[in-house]
Amino acid sequence: MSNDIQTQRAGGPGAPEHADLKQAAPRYGNAALTPPVDVVEDAGGITLYADLPGVSRENLNLHVEAETLTIEAESGLTVPDGLKTSHTEVGLGRFRRVFTLSKELDTEKVSAELAQGVLTLRIPKAEHAKPRRIDIQVA
Amino acid sequence: MYRSFFPRDMLAEMDRLQRDMQQAFDLAPTIRGFGSNGFPALNVGATPQAVEIYAFAPGVDPATLEVNLERGLLTIAGERKSVLPAAEAKAAVHINERFEGAFRRMLTLPDDADPEAVEARLRDGVLRITIRRRASAQPRRISVQ
Repeated sequence: MSNDIQTQRAGGPGAPEHADLKQAAPRYGNAALTPPVDVVEDAGGITLYADLPGVSRENLNLHVEAETLTIEAESGLTVPDGLKTSHTEVGLGRFRRVFTLSKELDTEKVSAELAQGVLTLRIPKAEHAKPRRIDIQVA
Repeated sequence: MYRSFFPRDMLAEMDRLQRDMQQAFDLAPTIRGFGSNGFPALNVGATPQAVEIYAFAPGVDPATLEVNLERGLLTIAGERKSVLPAAEAKAAVHINERFEGAFRRMLTLPDDADPEAVEARLRDGVLRITIRRRASAQPRRISVQ
């Protein structure tokens, strides 16, 4: 006997599941997990992908200061009362990662998108830093 | 064998070291191996009414996600597509830590889990599976006559 279980997409923010979210003090102070990332650079700029499972838009904090990019996020996962955990692979509900940017990147034009727990960050290069082909003079 | 879900998590690395030590001394491990640090990462817990499984599967297309329950064995399978550019694209990959490709994880459920009362929800990349426990297994108070 086999059962196929229906997988359904959850609704938008404010669905009832989040209503009973307990705003308890973080269990391990400021400890945070380092989310895994992919960073790809093309001619127009840099794209960063970060895994932030359980994070909704309102719990994500992106910060650019001088040449430092900080990603901070908190998981909005709800746990039923009286849950006894027997196996834990993700032990914290907080994510944090810091990157140093370089000066040819245009931090004014960073765009971010969060979908299904994956953050996609696009940092374009400044106009003056865009590639241009250099003509070779033949003497 | 597996890529750690959080490759630079120091606590997890220490945990892994401890587990590796333990495994070295375990002469008769379970047939399914040591089952940890795969993708998706799993948290398992239970309340008196239900077994709760949280699978951390960000960026997995819900159409590829498959949850099966057969003879008390729960299987979570799916695929996460790579975001990396094709080889011919003029792009450089600077960091590549995220899991990509097909995955399949299995876990044994306790005997009192009811295969008829299963619910699976996907939200913000976390798949939460709730399996009710049979009423007969739930604690109840016996009144004294």
